[in-house]
Amino acid sequence: MLIEYLPIAILLVISTGLAALIVWIGNTFGPRRPTLRKSLPYESGMNPIGPGTRRMPVRFYLVAVLFILFDIEVVFFLPWAIVFRQLGLFGLIEMFVFIFILLVGYVYAWKKGALEWE
Amino acid sequence: MDLALLLEWIIKSLVLILILLTSFAYLTFYERKALARIQVRIGPNRAGPGGWLQPVADAVKLIFKEELTPAKAYKVIFVIAPMLTLLPALIILAVVPFGSSITLFGRQVSLGITDINVGVLYIMAVASISVYGIVLAGWSSNNKYAMLGGIRSSAQMISYELALGLSIIGPILLAESMSIGEIIDAQRGIWFLFLQPVGAIIFWTATLAEVNRSPFDMPEAEQELTAGYHVEYSGMKFALFFIAEYMKMIAVSVILAALFLGGYRGPFVDQVPLLGPLYLFVKVFVLLFIMIWVRATLPRIRYDRLMAFGWKLLFPLALTNVFLTAVGIILADTYGPAFLWSIPLMSILAFLVVNYLARDRIATASAQAVSFRR
Repeated sequence: MLIEYLPIAILLVISTGLAALIVWIGNTFGPRRPTLRKSLPYESGMNPIGPGTRRMPVRFYLVAVLFILFDIEVVFFLPWAIVFRQLGLFGLIEMFVFIFILLVGYVYAWKKGALEWE
Repeated sequence: MDLALLLEWIIKSLVLILILLTSFAYLTFYERKALARIQVRIGPNRAGPGGWLQPVADAVKLIFKEELTPAKAYKVIFVIAPMLTLLPALIILAVVPFGSSITLFGRQVSLGITDINVGVLYIMAVASISVYGIVLAGWSSNNKYAMLGGIRSSAQMISYELALGLSIIGPILLAESMSIGEIIDAQRGIWFLFLQPVGAIIFWTATLAEVNRSPFDMPEAEQELTAGYHVEYSGMKFALFFIAEYMKMIAVSVILAALFLGGYRGPFVDQVPLLGPLYLFVKVFVLLFIMIWVRATLPRIRYDRLMAFGWKLLFPLALTNVFLTAVGIILADTYGPAFLWSIPLMSILAFLVVNYLARDRIATASAQAVSFRR
């Protein structure tokens, strides 16, 4: 039933209002005297060196790609888990085959050093 | 639509937010007190009797603080990011019942916002939204430490989400439902903690990483990143991150209690429904203490170890745990319910085997930790 999701929508609206209220309180009551020094990026009191946003190691993207792969695997687990008792042994073997294929990829990524962080 | 029902929902939402805000305020106080006691100090005791007004004092201080916006920050996203971090922490508990229904003003009122049939999926989805707030905060600050903190945090959170998702499968397999209410009802006889000990440990470890708690608080490592993704935030915008972090602590404790510790269930809860929230409160209180205890005891682990731990240890172990649970259920269906106890036996065995295989790594890590502490 879709009506069950309406309370979540109400809660979301109220929460957004609360978050906006907190930001508004800070804006209204706090003093605001920006100077050049204060507006610099904070680097423990040193003058900032180089741009703020810079190139990131490619490992982070690798982790993101691997995450998408295995997270979808987890999502496939959820419907399987609910009907598992009805499927019985058949369901277990089916899932094992599915996971085995993905595990080959997991082992490959491991051996290739995609999970290393040096 | 029924107007009274709408009013009930609005009131329940307001009450939930109020409870969360109050418990957030006193969780900070509780943490400072408990940490102080562990470190043989007294902790905050000046504001009000016994320091009980400390959260109020903190709030007043933060309200009247100057809010800095870096000149080169991306202004709109800089303001939206903390709000985006707070929202999932506030709405994630919408699917968890805090007790069975009670009769109030002649109406059956269920304690809990709603109980959708894909509750676990909702929790996983909402939990991953909070990554956006942190990454956007790091990026929009235009500060290299904040950027690094945000990126680190996202990599860490998505890595541990795999183990987190897999450890939730255990209770779903046993309860045959994704609704949190039905999972709690399935624990009428026995808590899933006893049938899923390894699953509960994996869930707890992964949630510690998910909410950026020590020993996995790399995104906020003061020594190397100055404060990580929220280094440029001050005043109430900083408070939003702070609120979100502590509310997420409360939320994961409530979810762990619901999935593994029987939620609001306890003795006589069917006769006296008002006992339900009380039992839940006690369980959450104990879980939060364990979180603080972990923070006081363990040093922060190194980032490469953190990622290796998540991908090479926790993920295969969680996968094994799911399969052993499935095998145990098939055994129980074939030979009788007593064989359900093969699940904890097999999973603890697997846990010990994994520990044995990783013994060298664990030994070096703990030796290093001890030498750091001296």
